[in-house]
Amino acid sequence: MSLDRRDFLKTIGIAGLTLCTPDILKAGKSKDSDREFRGMLYDSTRCVGCQTCETLCAEAHGLPPPVGELKAGVVRKTDDQHRTVVNCYKTSKGEVFIKTQCMHCNEPACASACLTQAMYKTKQGPVIWSGNKCMGCRYCMVSCPFDAPKFEYHSANPKIQKCTMCYEKMAKGGIPVCAENCPAEAIKFGSRREMLAEARKRIVENPDTYVDEVYGDHTAGGTGFLYISPVPFSELGLNTKIQNESYPALSKGFLYSVPTIFVLLPPILLGIYEATKKNQTHENNETE
Amino acid sequence: MKTMKPNNTALPLSRDSSKQSIFRFILSELKPKGKIFTPFNIISIPIILTGIVLIVIRFIYGIGSVTNLSQEVPWGLWIGFDVVTGVAFAGGAYVITFLVYILNREKYHSIVRVTVLNGFLAYVFYAGALLLDLGRPWNVVNPIIGNSFGTSSVLFLVAWHFLLYMIAELIEFSPAIAEWLGAKRARKILSGMTIAAVIFGITLSTLHQSGLGALYLMAKDKIHPLWYSEFIPVLFLVSSVFAGLSMVIFEGAISHKVFFKQISEKNQTSQKGIVLGLAKICAGAMFAYFFLQLLVFIHQKRWDLLDTPMGYWYLLEMLGFVLLPMILYVYSYKKSNINLAKVAAIITMLGIILNRLNVTVIGFRWDAAIRYFPTWMELAVTLTVIFTEIWIFRWIIKRMPVLSEPPSWAKENK
Repeated sequence: MSLDRRDFLKTIGIAGLTLCTPDILKAGKSKDSDREFRGMLYDSTRCVGCQTCETLCAEAHGLPPPVGELKAGVVRKTDDQHRTVVNCYKTSKGEVFIKTQCMHCNEPACASACLTQAMYKTKQGPVIWSGNKCMGCRYCMVSCPFDAPKFEYHSANPKIQKCTMCYEKMAKGGIPVCAENCPAEAIKFGSRREMLAEARKRIVENPDTYVDEVYGDHTAGGTGFLYISPVPFSELGLNTKIQNESYPALSKGFLYSVPTIFVLLPPILLGIYEATKKNQTHENNETE
Repeated sequence: MKTMKPNNTALPLSRDSSKQSIFRFILSELKPKGKIFTPFNIISIPIILTGIVLIVIRFIYGIGSVTNLSQEVPWGLWIGFDVVTGVAFAGGAYVITFLVYILNREKYHSIVRVTVLNGFLAYVFYAGALLLDLGRPWNVVNPIIGNSFGTSSVLFLVAWHFLLYMIAELIEFSPAIAEWLGAKRARKILSGMTIAAVIFGITLSTLHQSGLGALYLMAKDKIHPLWYSEFIPVLFLVSSVFAGLSMVIFEGAISHKVFFKQISEKNQTSQKGIVLGLAKICAGAMFAYFFLQLLVFIHQKRWDLLDTPMGYWYLLEMLGFVLLPMILYVYSYKKSNINLAKVAAIITMLGIILNRLNVTVIGFRWDAAIRYFPTWMELAVTLTVIFTEIWIFRWIIKRMPVLSEPPSWAKENK
């Protein structure tokens, strides 16, 4: 089949259009609200330490019930059987409770660390794990500044356990069990933007109750889980040394250098090889 | 090992031998040569057997049943030593191939094969040890076969590079296998691929030697600040040069004792020049490394950390295991003292072990209430990996023309 110039240009044009249009259509259709990450706001002035969230989380995900006594000064940690834990701290304003779980970062270190995309950030916001891709290297655990992913060390078929923000429930229009059932309404669920606005509103309306800071607003580049509290966050065992830039940014410089080196080094080596080879034959000629 | 037959490189196969005789030849080669009850065998066999039992236990009851790894310290000895340190020691292969094939320094040609073989086996075994550490090893092909490319991951890059580099090193080494099998045509084709494999291999090495350091870039808050900086990748790359070459010197010293009979006379006399040349390169690379460490240290203003236990540990590493062996290397080639170079090589290697462990294990979560310390079982499995590698290395050395001269037909082909 022969193709003259006109036909060729037409084909190119059509191909070009078909390549462009889906994106154009998509851009027209989608709105910001469709893309917005879901988030959660935890208000430690409201939390009473009833552990309902712990118990129901365990039930919802088929895990054993909470262990250890919740009391001031005792720090319990999330592990491969407990996705969320509430602790109590003696602070400058008396005993304050704090819930810990995965922070669902905007730019999660764990997901960028994962070499199989088993750990990933969903469009809705939760960071979740899929077992059929994971090879169990635990690089997500090394990378996560919050130590959120937990590994089942005593299993021949180990899984990574962490809070999923009840992703499956959420996909069907539900809300995470902890937010749904908190009797003190300490946990609120919604879009991250709304949660941030709500947090600021509470702080502005009650300046004496809260410290003027939202943990997770900028922490690690912004997280899906946000905290407000009556005392500085360092008193509640939250890591306040975590940088405000996202963690994947730390290895970006290295990753950007890879294609450069990969493209430039071989020709340089080849050049040196040719140069030294010629020298050698030249020397040989001289000695002969 | 001393009673070994003097010449194993004579090739019983002619070019037109049938497939059946190749099979029979390989079968006969599989049999052990030399004494069975050597000190090395007596030590290594029980350890390897124990290691195999532990590996079985690990796969039945999970990683936690044999290791001390925790939710806070997910990577321990198997990654920090076997993989990160082992690969640094395997760096000799890319440096030596660079010297010989790219810079055409013929002086080092006689050690190319043994270094590449060492490098190849190190990758197979130490990167292979990674499989033991994987919780779900059946998914190990996922980043390779393409159903899930985690391209934003440094580990993705490292995994691909390990695989590709193993292939490149196998190609670099393959002429020796062809000579062993007496496959003349195959040897010619494989030799023709050497330069391409070398260039590809050096590029890959540059990236994954630094990549192993880059793995830890995201663990910013977990590594002691004296060992964490954005320059970890560069420091790892530069130190892999002298780590690899020190390993070459060390391994050469042992090979010259153990495999004395395999080494051709020509190579025995050239050894001194090689060692001193490598000592000089090591000293240069170590100077660059030391200077870089100093810059990083000053740049990050870590003076206050020096007067702490970790600070003394850091000074010990920098002064005792970088500066001291560097000076010894300089002396060794100034005074043409080959034994001094060997001592320097050993201290350098200890320094590399120290440095890699400081980043990956000792300095990792240095402030945790409960520190990670490997179990005896982790240690036994690590030794199993090392000893098995030495067994395979010995098997190959005694059969293929690695330290010995290639068969006469192979030289003519050149």
